[in-house]
Amino acid sequence: MSRELYPNLRLEVFPTPFCAGCGHGILLGAMVRAVNEAGLDWDRILFVSGIGCAAWIPSPHFAADTLHTTHGRPIAFGTGALLANPELKVVVISGDGDLAAIGGNHLIHAARRNLPLTVVCANNHVYGMTGGQVAPTTPIGDCTQTSPWGAEEPPFDLCRLVDGAGGGYVARHTVFQIWQLIRSLTRALKFDGFSFVEAVSPCPTHYGKLNEIPTLGDFHRRMRGLYIDRKRWDKLSESEREGKVPTGELISR
Amino acid sequence: MKPTIERVPSPIPPGEYFLLGDEASADGAVAAGCNFFAGYPITPASELMVRVVHRMKEFGGTFIQMEDEIGSISAMIGAAWAGARAMTATSGPGLSLMLEGIGYAAMTETPLVVVDIQRAGPSTGQATRPGSGDVFQVQFGSHSDYEIIALAPWSVQEIFDHTILAFNLSEAYRVPAFVMADESVGHLREKLTVPETVERWHRPARPGAPPFDTDDADGVPPMPAFGQGERLLVTGSTHDARGLRKTQDSEVHRRLVERLVGKIRRAADKITRWETYNTEDAELLFVAYGFSARAALDVVMELRRRGVRAGLFRPVTVWPFPERALIEAAAGAKDIVVPEMNWGQMTREVERVLHRPVVALPQVDGEGMRPETIWQGIREIDVVSREGT
Repeated sequence: MSRELYPNLRLEVFPTPFCAGCGHGILLGAMVRAVNEAGLDWDRILFVSGIGCAAWIPSPHFAADTLHTTHGRPIAFGTGALLANPELKVVVISGDGDLAAIGGNHLIHAARRNLPLTVVCANNHVYGMTGGQVAPTTPIGDCTQTSPWGAEEPPFDLCRLVDGAGGGYVARHTVFQIWQLIRSLTRALKFDGFSFVEAVSPCPTHYGKLNEIPTLGDFHRRMRGLYIDRKRWDKLSESEREGKVPTGELISR
Repeated sequence: MKPTIERVPSPIPPGEYFLLGDEASADGAVAAGCNFFAGYPITPASELMVRVVHRMKEFGGTFIQMEDEIGSISAMIGAAWAGARAMTATSGPGLSLMLEGIGYAAMTETPLVVVDIQRAGPSTGQATRPGSGDVFQVQFGSHSDYEIIALAPWSVQEIFDHTILAFNLSEAYRVPAFVMADESVGHLREKLTVPETVERWHRPARPGAPPFDTDDADGVPPMPAFGQGERLLVTGSTHDARGLRKTQDSEVHRRLVERLVGKIRRAADKITRWETYNTEDAELLFVAYGFSARAALDVVMELRRRGVRAGLFRPVTVWPFPERALIEAAAGAKDIVVPEMNWGQMTREVERVLHRPVVALPQVDGEGMRPETIWQGIREIDVVSREGT
């Protein structure tokens, strides 16, 4: 961990509880850099998170106000805090199960309201903290504890969901696209309206082990082929796009 | 330095009004300094929310209609930690959804007020009809151990007063507080007198003090807010004095839960409120709350005219239950009768406190409690032979 991050972290709680190869630590660092890049005051920023591995990115690691809520509700908690004190910069960081399954209703309504709330979804396509169950983001065919023969339900494309609900700023990157991720997080933080960043994060422990992606390196190789920068994506034919996911700044309006 | 309660001029112009209970509660909230309301439409509490929309505009507060009741209670907790005095109004089905947040608010010691305009249940039941079946739900609805405060108004004046009191008690003890009205009171229209001044709690400012533990005897730490540079850690998981998660530490857990429960139980004599009517020499004692107490009082007055030594004990706080006062009031009573608009919920509590059989008079027909229900119910008790004694 780079020393430049130290002033914004509660060093006494480190090391993080994240598993070997987990991408959430990369997002943790990217978030701190983006907050500083955006020039935000750490005394006036509130990080809200729900339940799950990703909820532990801000709480307790960030040296700022943090609100670790019930499962699925961080956006609703954050909405209340923002309305009560509009001088706060409210940033929600949580996982795909938290934000898209149990909290899906709050996500779409927050996007619809387009309040200046930033939501960062660490999407690892699985319920990690409970041992690796299928999520509404698990790609069809991928194995989890509760889809041992392969997931049968189509997954959400979270960026398209937020776009459709009216969110003003939408971006997606894998945590391996680190500089692009930091840039999009920075823009999201400065955006005047609802901003959503999906950070695709590897989970070798619970997702990788059942899908023959056992290490961070394996995730890196796989994601490089699947997650295509928007500039390249735009030039692909319909058949070439099959099974791939566009990344980059997708919506800014 | 402990905070004090102050009398401030009522923001609602003093004087006499003729209002619905729901509307009076909305005005009481404003008088108490409520500046944040998150809600979701539900019968029979919608009139309250609608009035709040206008009152917040008038007095500079924030109103938001959330996507569901879980969102409402969650937004209230976020707002409370951002410094607001937050409130919502709901009824049984909405309260069922809010219980997740009630547990979180109890665990994180977040002050907030829930006005529960009770209707006939279970489930969707009869949306426009009264009931008082949320007695246990408000206290025990969320999982595991915690304490709350609940008030049961029986008039339009009292729902106004109780809404103010609920805010002040909620702030003083850092617990969720309920105003458990029933539909009969929420939709009752009668006179309200708004006083010149009202009591208002001021949150103590103790920068740097741990927000989740204290050596103070009352067990209530000061409540800071986000954005003050305190860099707070707030979590519904077991936490230490600073809010740091301690999910494997049995001593921290025991100490926290003991304090969450203890801060209310130890202060029960200070918090509890009740009223008695002719209980000094009562042989036949009614225990009733909310709208049912009006019917019970009617019966007591008639019995007195007939020479029967009847009395009424009315719990004003349902939680904490006024145990000591009830024991005293019931000391000389031969019979204890509990009329209520549910199948005997408070009856259980009365039996638990008095350790003796109690006559339950449940009226669960979706109607406001009628004196006839009580007259019918006490036929079994030999009231007639006591006439003129």
